[in-house]
Amino acid sequence: MGGESGGGRFLRGVVLIALLLLGLQWCWSARAAGDDPFSQIAATNADTEARGVQALATSGNPRAAAVIDALRDGTLFAWKWPRPDPPLYIRAANGFVDARTGAPVASPPSPVNLRRVIVSDAVRGAIETAEGALGLFSKSAARRARAADALYQSADPGALPLILRALKSETDAGVARLLREAEAAALLNSDTGSDAARIAAINELSARSDLSARNLLASLHGQSPPVAAATADAIRTIDRRLKLWGLVENVYYGISLGAVLLLAAAGLAITFGVMGVINMAHGEMVMIGAYTTFVVQQLIAAATPGLSEFGILVAVPAAFLVAGGLGVVIERCLIRFLYGRPLETLLATWGLSLVLQQAVRSIFGPTNQDVTSPDWMSGSLQLGGLVLTVNRLWIILFALLVLGALMAVLRWGGLGRSIRAVMQNRRMAAVMGIRTPWIDALTFGLGSGIAGIAGVALSQIDNVSPNLGQNYIVDSFIVVVVGGVGNLWGTLFGAMLIGIVDKFVEPFEGAVLAKIIVLVFLILFIQRRPQGLFPVKGRAAEA
Amino acid sequence: MRADHASAVTLGCVLGGALLLAALNLLVPTASAFHVPNFVVSVAGKYLCYAILALAIDLVWGYVGILTLGHAAFFALGGYAMGMYLMREIGARGVYANPILPDFMVFIGWNKLPWYWYGFDHFWFALLMVALVPGVLAFVFGWFAFRSRVSGVYLSIITQALTYALMLAFFRNDMGFGGNNGMTDFKDILGFPLDAETTSVGLMLATAAVLSLAYLLARAMTRSRFGKVLVAVRDAESRTRFLGYRPESYKLFVWTVSAVIAGIGGALYVPQVGIINPSEFAPGNSIEAVIWVAVGGRGTLSGAILGAVLVNLGKTWLTSALPEVWLFAIGGLFILVTLLLPRGLIGLFAGRGPMAAAERDRRSAAAEAAMREVAQ
Amino acid sequence: MKEPTLLYLDGVTVSFDGFKALDDLSLVLEPGEMRAVIGPNGAGKTTMMDVITGKTRPDEGHVVFGADIDLRKLDEPAIARLGIGRKFQRPTVFEPLSVRDNLLLALAGDRSPRFALAARETARERMRIDELLATIRLSDERDRRAADLSHGQKQWLEIGMLLAQDPKLLLVDEPVAGMTDAETAATAELLREINRSRSVVVVEHDMAFVRALGVKVTVLHEGRVLAEGSIDTIQNNARVIEVYLGR
Repeated sequence: MGGESGGGRFLRGVVLIALLLLGLQWCWSARAAGDDPFSQIAATNADTEARGVQALATSGNPRAAAVIDALRDGTLFAWKWPRPDPPLYIRAANGFVDARTGAPVASPPSPVNLRRVIVSDAVRGAIETAEGALGLFSKSAARRARAADALYQSADPGALPLILRALKSETDAGVARLLREAEAAALLNSDTGSDAARIAAINELSARSDLSARNLLASLHGQSPPVAAATADAIRTIDRRLKLWGLVENVYYGISLGAVLLLAAAGLAITFGVMGVINMAHGEMVMIGAYTTFVVQQLIAAATPGLSEFGILVAVPAAFLVAGGLGVVIERCLIRFLYGRPLETLLATWGLSLVLQQAVRSIFGPTNQDVTSPDWMSGSLQLGGLVLTVNRLWIILFALLVLGALMAVLRWGGLGRSIRAVMQNRRMAAVMGIRTPWIDALTFGLGSGIAGIAGVALSQIDNVSPNLGQNYIVDSFIVVVVGGVGNLWGTLFGAMLIGIVDKFVEPFEGAVLAKIIVLVFLILFIQRRPQGLFPVKGRAAEA
Repeated sequence: MRADHASAVTLGCVLGGALLLAALNLLVPTASAFHVPNFVVSVAGKYLCYAILALAIDLVWGYVGILTLGHAAFFALGGYAMGMYLMREIGARGVYANPILPDFMVFIGWNKLPWYWYGFDHFWFALLMVALVPGVLAFVFGWFAFRSRVSGVYLSIITQALTYALMLAFFRNDMGFGGNNGMTDFKDILGFPLDAETTSVGLMLATAAVLSLAYLLARAMTRSRFGKVLVAVRDAESRTRFLGYRPESYKLFVWTVSAVIAGIGGALYVPQVGIINPSEFAPGNSIEAVIWVAVGGRGTLSGAILGAVLVNLGKTWLTSALPEVWLFAIGGLFILVTLLLPRGLIGLFAGRGPMAAAERDRRSAAAEAAMREVAQ
Repeated sequence: MKEPTLLYLDGVTVSFDGFKALDDLSLVLEPGEMRAVIGPNGAGKTTMMDVITGKTRPDEGHVVFGADIDLRKLDEPAIARLGIGRKFQRPTVFEPLSVRDNLLLALAGDRSPRFALAARETARERMRIDELLATIRLSDERDRRAADLSHGQKQWLEIGMLLAQDPKLLLVDEPVAGMTDAETAATAELLREINRSRSVVVVEHDMAFVRALGVKVTVLHEGRVLAEGSIDTIQNNARVIEVYLGR
């Protein structure tokens, strides 16, 4: 002992006392917090803080949400020095607000006295559960459902008592089911629960049958044999259901693709059926329709922004007129001079497609243009395990409508009758007084106009760029060849077939190989039935 | 006779021009204004390869009436065969210094040469494949196509589908042909370094020679009795059947020979441009090649050569001077030629001669229609 | 032992989408015979020719050439090489080729591409062509493009091409359509001459021409044989009169 100096001993004494005081404060704050959730939150001890959050959430205190939000956002401040019932403040935009009452504080406390309440990991978990809990007792069923779902996603065993309490008072059937699923998830994640209870929980999740349920089940291990068996079964069931839904989803996408192809190919089928002309610039008509949609959208946004939601309704007739008008011009200035020479027409229209692409590139630039979908076309529907995007649904309806209108025009309109007459026997039609050159121009215009409308539909699901036409022209040809020329039912069938085949092969082998397979099929198929599946009986149909 | 006069002029231009270029490159000192720089020699060689492709197309389009929109596929296949030989010639001089495996295979982690690369370290084998691969493909394709009597626009569309499918296939990195990067960085051919001046001159002269041979072969074919049968088939195909001919055999023969010629053109092309990649299969390439023939004058053989050289000269100039204009120009060329110049430049200057191909088409279409009406 | 018939059609039926172009048609042709076939439009005359030459396959019935060659199994080129030649209603000669080239291509011989590539005109071929040119009275037009011939000359060229094939059986479809009286008479003469060494079936509407031929006549109606006999017999046949003149 003798070696220590007097100063050293003094220092040691001070340090010791300071430590003692700090320790005392710690114990004090832990104990002093007692049962008041606010004080608990203000405590420096993380566990106490977490307990406080939990207690506040389930207490039903109207200030609970605000305080917990502030805690999460880092705007909750506590008094730095230990006190019973320490003040808690929330920093708002224009000053401080008392956390317990929500009343603004007249004179802002000095920052020296405040410390930000920290959110550590343990507290974070409590906050998440708390937010779920807060929603569980909300008046709005939708809010309760969201809260239940959040609890399900977090699968926190600690939330079990809360969930059970909510279940007791839940009246809405949908929310109740979500709560039961949340209960099942929480139960399975904990180590408690009898085998029977666990198996019941597994069945609950199996009924839910989605990817999150499957993942949860797959993550369980160390289960007792009967439970493990039930888990494996449930996983198998879920996989089967997922596959089925996946199939249906593919069909849906295939049909929506088919709808677009239908529109793109219908025009081609008409021009080829009536005039024997393969128009290689047809894809560009689609592209021009898409760009028309873009321009219409820009114009409306600039002139009458309020009507933006209806922009697409304006774009449809606009695209029809623009593309159709261009089609008439092309027929009068180019196609009619090559009458009777289908191969030369093919070449000339190819050249035209190059010119059109480059023209659009020069005017609008080579990059994608942004075309937005109106709100009433956005969003998605849930059908069982399936998520259907609404815009595709609209496109399918739209395409069928247009097809119906086209068929009606062809069947009952005077123009339609003339077109059919020319398609079946050109010479005879001419002899009977039908002005075939005029019919040719109008037919070409009609076909191009329909392609323009296809462009409007395409702009909703694909990028709008100068190359748009090239991406769909190959498929359009395939549809026309498969479905037969000049017969719209055949085009419908062909389009749906190609759309679905495309989508089905795609996930297995990739989109590129899907195209190759379709093309090879086409090459083989065309040997067998060069007239397509629904050939039109008529001389003009033979190339 | 006028026709032989055409042959003499054509061969004279091709061989004479090639020799002149060679002389101006090798014999004239660099400082002189008359010196032809090396890259011009290579470009000329490239044009001559295109002329070979055009010749092949004219054979089937001008004389059999098939508008082939996928002939560049045969050109590219021949090019790939040569490319495979050149890749193997690199040996251990590649980036990864693997004596057997080309760089791109090492890059994707392969450690064995696929079986279809065997033999390509021998030049004669590569030459054989240059002829066989496009030839066999054309034969099989033509066998099915002609036997099922697919014709006209449908046939054109399938030829386009064929080259499109091949393009997609060759773009895949796991096919073992270099994927979307293709094959490049060649070092030498038959021991001659590819970056040497004399090699490029030699290749250019070889191309000119091959072009001349192909021209003579095509000429002989079209002026023999075989050629007369072809004319008959173009004019009234059903009639030839009733005379005991099988038009399918004749078409298949020309189609296959044409594919082999195109393949050889591609094989000469690759060492001169130094690269082969799947974009050679692009449908646009084939369609552009058809326009070369149309511009020059289809059904004349000389026209194909003329058109190929002229249009590509224009393309080289425009794409460097006014690149935006090129697509307008080529698109416009398609339209102008089909509308105003159905017989091409040669047709324009040669005046009335043997009936032009377009004329023949119109007549044959009319005759076929008449036959069908009668037969109904 | 009786010589086999040259052409034997029995119960031949051909339907196009429910319409019976030929309805249980039976016809027999002896070697060396010339037969005229007449009938209203749509009677099935051309379809019958299509069946014989292999362009159309019958749904039912037998079609036999010579002793035992089943024509149903063969296609047009094969049947042509057997020795059945056909001349069409509209003269289809090869317009861009010269008269002699048309005949050259028609000359009987190897039809394969390989042969055509290497073929050089032999003296025998030249002689045969000259003979034919004389027969069809076109010796002076040998180097003329077929497109530049008159209608009647084209018909004769086509007959010449038919002869060049050296067929055993000629099927001639309306050979005198559009011809002058003089040309018609000359054609009848030509066919009789041809008949000396080959069998001929002639389809015609021109009654004077048929009478000039002076051979057995078969009348077709609605796809079957209505009557057969000499021109006098059938012209007095009540059914024939009914069909041709209407009820």
